Amino acid sequence: MTTTIAPDVAPASQAEPVTASRSRSLTRWVRGGGISTLVFALPMLVIFGVFSWLPILNSVVMSFQKTNLVAAPKWVGWANFAYVLNDPLLPTAIANTLWFAVLALVIGYPLPLVVAVLMSEARRFRGLYSALAYLPVVVPPVVSVLLWKFFYDAGPTGVFNTILGWVGLGPFPWIQDADWAMPSLVLAATWAGAGGTIIIYLAALTSVPAELYEAAEIDGAGLWHKIWHVTLPQLRGVLFITLILQVIATAQVFLEPYLFTNGGPADATLTILLLIYNYAFANSLGGNYGAATALSLMLAIVLAILSIVYFRLTRSWSDS
Amino acid sequence: MNPYKRGLALGIAAAIGAISFSACAGTPTPAATTAATSAGPVKISVVSLLPGSEQAAIDAFNAQVKEFEAANPGITIEPQEYEWKATTFAAQLAGGTLPDVFEIPFTDAKTLIQNQQIANLDAQFKTLPYADKFNENILNAGKGEDGQVYAIPAKNVYGVGLHYNRTLFAKAGLDPNTAPRTWDEIRADAKKIADAVPGVAGYMQMTQNATGGWQLVANTYAHGGRVQTANADGTFTSTLNNDGTKAALQMLKDMRWTDNSMGSNFMFDWSSINQAFAAGKVAMYTSGSDVYTSLVQTNGVKADMYGLGAMPQTDSPDAGVLTGGTMAAMMADATDAQKDAAIKWIDFFYLRKLVDPERATADAKTLSANKQPVGTPVLPMFNRAQWEQNQTWIKDYINVPLDHMTGYTDTMFDLKLVGEPSRGTQEIYKLLDTVTQTVLTKKDADIDALLTKANTQAQALLDQG
Repeated sequence: MTTTIAPDVAPASQAEPVTASRSRSLTRWVRGGGISTLVFALPMLVIFGVFSWLPILNSVVMSFQKTNLVAAPKWVGWANFAYVLNDPLLPTAIANTLWFAVLALVIGYPLPLVVAVLMSEARRFRGLYSALAYLPVVVPPVVSVLLWKFFYDAGPTGVFNTILGWVGLGPFPWIQDADWAMPSLVLAATWAGAGGTIIIYLAALTSVPAELYEAAEIDGAGLWHKIWHVTLPQLRGVLFITLILQVIATAQVFLEPYLFTNGGPADATLTILLLIYNYAFANSLGGNYGAATALSLMLAIVLAILSIVYFRLTRSWSDS
Repeated sequence: MNPYKRGLALGIAAAIGAISFSACAGTPTPAATTAATSAGPVKISVVSLLPGSEQAAIDAFNAQVKEFEAANPGITIEPQEYEWKATTFAAQLAGGTLPDVFEIPFTDAKTLIQNQQIANLDAQFKTLPYADKFNENILNAGKGEDGQVYAIPAKNVYGVGLHYNRTLFAKAGLDPNTAPRTWDEIRADAKKIADAVPGVAGYMQMTQNATGGWQLVANTYAHGGRVQTANADGTFTSTLNNDGTKAALQMLKDMRWTDNSMGSNFMFDWSSINQAFAAGKVAMYTSGSDVYTSLVQTNGVKADMYGLGAMPQTDSPDAGVLTGGTMAAMMADATDAQKDAAIKWIDFFYLRKLVDPERATADAKTLSANKQPVGTPVLPMFNRAQWEQNQTWIKDYINVPLDHMTGYTDTMFDLKLVGEPSRGTQEIYKLLDTVTQTVLTKKDADIDALLTKANTQAQALLDQG
């Protein structure tokens, strides 16, 4: 996605005729290099339109059709939406996705912030810590899931169970138990994804003016007070963005449930996106593409509404 | 809210949300086809081996490809690794990434034909000199409503058997030469193995990617149950909550929660349970009788440790062995030149060795020279006499441990064979995956309630037609 910020253009005088104002601003736009900007942007716009927006539009159309992608599609009105809303698995998938989001907020959201603050306090080896923190992001997700799957072996000889056994804990069932599976997935997802967020926080932390900390120190603030009264308020803009990004990402969690458990055991990790995938592809005889696109569309609308509400609610807090 | 942020919010949500599906739901790209006239050279991609196969298996396959290309100038064969999975096949078909000649289970052919997703191979099929010798029931699975052949029986017809690890049997003080013959024996042996060898599942069943349902249905048949019945008016009635399925699940529940003889890992599909069996983590499991071939080719199983017994049958007069098999098919947009080349390959690689002594010995010779399994038990594709004749042709090359398989081979023609459920097969299997997983991972699982719920869902699927 690209966003361009409009240049500050002085408002045309209201007394001037509208046409004159338009032609003047057009001339100004051309003189200001508007055409070359457009030419440079055009390839990207075309590629983005063809490969991103066109498929999105296609999927909107498909959500009102019944098709097997071979024979001519049939219009079915709202039937796909009705099918999805009546599917007994939908409430399970929604509940599981919310559970994943809650766990990710509790485990995955504060952790990178804590790590970033600690790292920014480090006086030596900061580069090394950054590299170590970011390393999991570099590991291809499928590889990391396969590794974790191996670590999560539920037998007493499994890697994690062996390590925990040394301190008298376990063995735990990890992904082999309906109650344990989701927290296990969140743990692996946090490990895999925290690095990127840590780097963002580290960058934001460097922009916090040093004099604020000095002033706080003069006022007798300790480490905790400095973090609470200086660091967090200064980071709130970034924190709000990472929060909504995380909520959107967790609403669309697919990779972990698909690769770790394929929605099991007993549908305990069936998420909305996995349900979409299952509608479309899990049946070897050709999927219910209409239902898959209908649920995708509903999810996109819910997330859009959520984002708008979120930004409205936090507008007054994040504008500094 | 400033416009930038509103744009960001809407953009992120809408774009990411919708892209999540649209990325894979675009217009299908037809498989890369080689434009060729029937006279000119043609290239077809074919199923080679399972991903991750041993080098010797790949060498043996390549030797067969060379032999074929030498005998058929103008046809180039491009081997492609392939594993049919219920959960990925539709995506491969829609995305056009299947080999030109691919493999499908018997149960799927009719619907793929109805959906016009696979090519009509009738003209090519009729050129086979043994076209009229097939077992009619088997051939029927690949015919459309027009009576024409779209999918050709190939590779195998299997009956489900009990595979066991002889080494683990010996370790637990059991006789590796005697496969368990009843479900009570399986349960008792599993307990002994689990107690004697910690960390090993005495018995395990597949639970994922529709294979859980496949094996639960096999287990149901063995207990005399059936999961659907065809009505006179053409509709189907789901009978998932039958006594056979209940008995099969109750046995799993007892083994899991009373005996604790099923190990600690419960998420297995066809390939991962093969892996666990080969690694000595699972002592007994049920699967197609022909799985030994891929256990050797992909998982490095040695003949010494492998044993095959018959699927134990209860006293019920309806008790039977689930049977199924594999057919060869092509994408609907295959050209005539590709179809002509494909039938030659299907004849050479899958079928002629079953009916022609020269081809049978040549094939067996190539495989055994590369230390690949020859003689793995399968059911006849034509008839029993033909099958027995074939065994005499290749007997000098048979290298599978037949004496470890007598538990299966002694009764393979005596037991009642029952085909897979014919309607909504894979979807119903997936419903049963969840049931099996629940029984194995939730101690308080209520079998009756689970089956009643699954049955309602299955009936809804059957009613959709």
